[in-house]
Amino acid sequence: MATETETPIRGMGHSVKRKEDARFIRGRGRYVDDIKLPGMLFLDIVRSPYAHATIKNIDASAALAQPGVLAVITGKDLDAAGLAWMPTLMGDKQMVLPVDRVVYQAQEVAAVVATDRYAAADGVALVNVEYEPLPPVTDPIKALEADAPLVRPDREQKTNHIWHWEAGDAARTDELFNQAEVVVKEDLYIPRIHVCSIETCGCVASFDAVEGKLTVYMTTQAPHAIRTVFSLVTSIPEHKIHIISPDIGGGFGGKVPVYPGYVIACVASIKTGHPVKWIEDRSENLQADSFARDYHITAELAAKRDGTMQALRVKTIADHGAFDAAANPSKFPAGLFSVITGSYELDAAHVEVDGVYTNKPSGGVAYRCSFRVTEAVHTIERMVDVLAQKLSMDPAELRLKNFIPPEKFPYKSPTGWEYDSGNYPAALRKAMEEIGYEQLRREQAEKRARGELMGIGLSTFTEIVGAGPSHTFDILGIKMFDSAEIRVHPTGSAIVRIGVQTQGQGHETTFAQIVAEELGLPVENITVEHGDTDTAPYGLGTYASRSTPTAGAATAVAARKIREKAKNIAAHLLEVSPDDLEWENYQFRVKGTPGKAVTMQQIAFAAYTNHPQGMEAGLEAVDYYDPPNLTFPFGAYVCVVDIDRGTGEVKIRRFLAIDDCGNIINPMIVDGQIHGGLTMGMAPALLEEITYDENGNIQQGNFMDYLLPTAMETPAWETDKTVTPSPHHPFGAKGVGESATVGAPPAIANAVVDALSHLGVTHIDIPITPWKVYKILEEHGVAES
Amino acid sequence: MIPDRFEYYAPTTLAEAINLLQQHPDETKVMAGGQSLIPLMKFRLATPGYVVDLRNVPHLDVLQERDGSLIIGAMVREARLESSALIRQRYPALLDTSSVVADPIVRNFATVGGNLAHADPANDHPAMMVALRATLLAQGADGQRTIPIDDFLVDTLETSLKPDEVLVEIRVPQPAPRSGAAYCKLERKVGDYAIAAVAASVTLDENGACTQAGLALTNVGPKAIRASAAESFLTGKPLNDETIREAAKLAAEAAEPGSDLRGPADYKRAMVRTLAARALRRAAQRATGSIAHNGNIGGGVA
Repeated sequence: MATETETPIRGMGHSVKRKEDARFIRGRGRYVDDIKLPGMLFLDIVRSPYAHATIKNIDASAALAQPGVLAVITGKDLDAAGLAWMPTLMGDKQMVLPVDRVVYQAQEVAAVVATDRYAAADGVALVNVEYEPLPPVTDPIKALEADAPLVRPDREQKTNHIWHWEAGDAARTDELFNQAEVVVKEDLYIPRIHVCSIETCGCVASFDAVEGKLTVYMTTQAPHAIRTVFSLVTSIPEHKIHIISPDIGGGFGGKVPVYPGYVIACVASIKTGHPVKWIEDRSENLQADSFARDYHITAELAAKRDGTMQALRVKTIADHGAFDAAANPSKFPAGLFSVITGSYELDAAHVEVDGVYTNKPSGGVAYRCSFRVTEAVHTIERMVDVLAQKLSMDPAELRLKNFIPPEKFPYKSPTGWEYDSGNYPAALRKAMEEIGYEQLRREQAEKRARGELMGIGLSTFTEIVGAGPSHTFDILGIKMFDSAEIRVHPTGSAIVRIGVQTQGQGHETTFAQIVAEELGLPVENITVEHGDTDTAPYGLGTYASRSTPTAGAATAVAARKIREKAKNIAAHLLEVSPDDLEWENYQFRVKGTPGKAVTMQQIAFAAYTNHPQGMEAGLEAVDYYDPPNLTFPFGAYVCVVDIDRGTGEVKIRRFLAIDDCGNIINPMIVDGQIHGGLTMGMAPALLEEITYDENGNIQQGNFMDYLLPTAMETPAWETDKTVTPSPHHPFGAKGVGESATVGAPPAIANAVVDALSHLGVTHIDIPITPWKVYKILEEHGVAES
Repeated sequence: MIPDRFEYYAPTTLAEAINLLQQHPDETKVMAGGQSLIPLMKFRLATPGYVVDLRNVPHLDVLQERDGSLIIGAMVREARLESSALIRQRYPALLDTSSVVADPIVRNFATVGGNLAHADPANDHPAMMVALRATLLAQGADGQRTIPIDDFLVDTLETSLKPDEVLVEIRVPQPAPRSGAAYCKLERKVGDYAIAAVAASVTLDENGACTQAGLALTNVGPKAIRASAAESFLTGKPLNDETIREAAKLAAEAAEPGSDLRGPADYKRAMVRTLAARALRRAAQRATGSIAHNGNIGGGVA
């Protein structure tokens, strides 16, 4: 009997090359735009040039006269079917197509269905829409003024205020502030940004009138949730809706919402009896699909003179655009923003957020961020530096003084979160040692004496990911569990189907590794499938770094169910009692009898050929995993910048990221996640923002002005890790996909402010453009002349 | 991102191209690489009824020294400048320029002639050609004529080419002894148009005094701007910190920037000063041989 598997298992901790890359690097991925169905038509969308206007008339006659144009769909057509509006995940409603008014620029106004993509575009140019412009409001603070234009007259409440949300203890916080020896306060704006995934959004909707079945190939991060929502909205029975999410070219939260185009394409397919393809172009994606951030924050931090931090008080105006279409868990209109006390032990905190409507596309996308954690981390990490500066303390020293001590985990935060595990001083000390912190400080002092500008910035963030436990987390009532289903085939290979949906995270590899580790089957022999609602078990999808904490856990638990059954089969094969067996080195061995063992491959064959009488044949299991808590990955980042005194340019000389995401499935994939995340964190720190002029015109509606970083702007990231396992996760892992996006911006901002701190600069809003820096240099007479 | 309908022609002789231009002079665009024209058409900001692509017209890709000039055929692709030993060794400032035009993929298609004839003030070659005092050869139905670069650039997106004329070649004077030139560009990210950029060219006498200076500015006005006052100021003077600083200040005064997403006007003016000083320093270093001719120049970063 064999005692070793012939192929290495390569389970947990192996840098297995990504299975999916074989097709991606050969150009053989299958994205939505690769789907071609017989008789397929093409849809293109007429969009509003105005941010706020009444629609007087839509004349489609010229478009309909254009060769190839088959139909023009307007809000009135949808209204007749009760589909002019759709519900959002936040309990608001959103226009699919407007009946009489538009509320943001680039809003969908009408749709043209044609026999080819070109005819559809020509048709769009020929739809004549008569608008009567209304005054728009794009500043949420102005939107709250009494005489502001009303964005949503359809609502009962005749105000642009959407909701007020708060967390923490207001009275205790105020008390601490009243007694505080030191208080620092800053206004921070976290600008509106866009996820800009490489693949834009789109779908192919195909309604089969004979079967009454709607099949939709679509770019979605949450196919099952979409199926349920579609069923509720259209009253097509859920078993007659088939959502297929093929290869997805990046999601980053932007492919969680349901955009009007998806719904219109479905209506167009039902109306024409043909499959209908809708693919956004880049400008449409960038101008109209939901945005992230856009938080106007006022933060105050109270402390003792010795640097002991005591309380945090935060007030925020959240710009949600014209519809509250954020994809947050339903009980969290401001997401998990209340994790804002970060890595620090505070006596009290109070956080308030007011959501506001403006004449802009929907906000609130959790852009590579577990629901407003980026905003929270930027605030606390900046405020710690502001306090350090006020106290003339080194920001590292102040952090080490105030970190939640490792022995206090699990730690209950002042806003109610229970942090599962952490060792913040270890991560920061490791970062300081690896980057040579003390030496950099000496270099900085020498350079400063010579008039050169160099800064060192820290970010010691805590993330909160893996939503989430069913007692607290749901989306439209659906609990935020996730699922896995494993079938082991007779010859010892297996298929795993999961409820989450990869968009580049490498699930086809990492989930295979989880099963390999748990069952002792070679990773090569395990196929992972996802994204097809007719075959995959129900799940809430991939965002908020939740795949490994939820579906990853479900996969491990399902595999352990299989192992339990396998143990009984092994006992049968070895003719011993199951109690005499131990799982060791990926085999069931008879305790105390070396060499008497069976592999999972042997057991799998027996499960179909020689299973014990009275036991069901087969070897498979399903698990729906309800996580007991979220996971709290963390990190210590150090950024070193040099500033060009002639131009104000910030050059990142070094950036070291120490991340702790607990036990790691695939170090190479984690490294890739962190590299990508750091670049996406650098982007808003130095380059990206979306602004609107006074007429509501988007100012960065294409890639000329929306400054997506390239490899040329990206410094050589340095990465390392500490490992503090999650105590409640089946294999001790935490989510990591978003840590770097969340943790990087304040490290960069802190480094730039640090370079200028001797001039009295306490804060610069991101993105830190060369002209913002140069203005400071000029004002302080230190610009190169 | 789908253009309006248009008719596409790819003539195989210059005469045929000119003939096509004469047929619909107001509705025809010449395509010389298409890296500006195609995006404009895809956004439907340009809707020409006819496109005449010069790609198959022979002899427009000359790149050689002849009769005291460097001849650059109008259809010479940017990438060719980058890979040319002649350019690298003798005209490093043109390498400075071509290597900051957009990105490598664009540069595989984009042409020097197209960059000039499009006359976008944000394009990089116009200022360099102003600093180098290039002349341009155009051919139309009435024959050939040469046009000094200052006369060629009329206004934003406007040149002195007639509707039936095709830009054939660019003639850059061969550098006199002790000459050097440089192009310094500041951009928001790689591939972007300039926040501001400055082209500088100097010739020194044996004592180090400047006998001729060329200084021109990118994207801080309706077209590439010749900083004439700075040029006059430098002529006859040695290039040192003091004269360079003064010339840079005069160059900044010549700028006519507006405020936009590339920064406020004040900032751009200040950047002209910074970049002019850096470009002049680099040009002077090249003139005196104190750096390798192909020394790498960053954008704004010294």
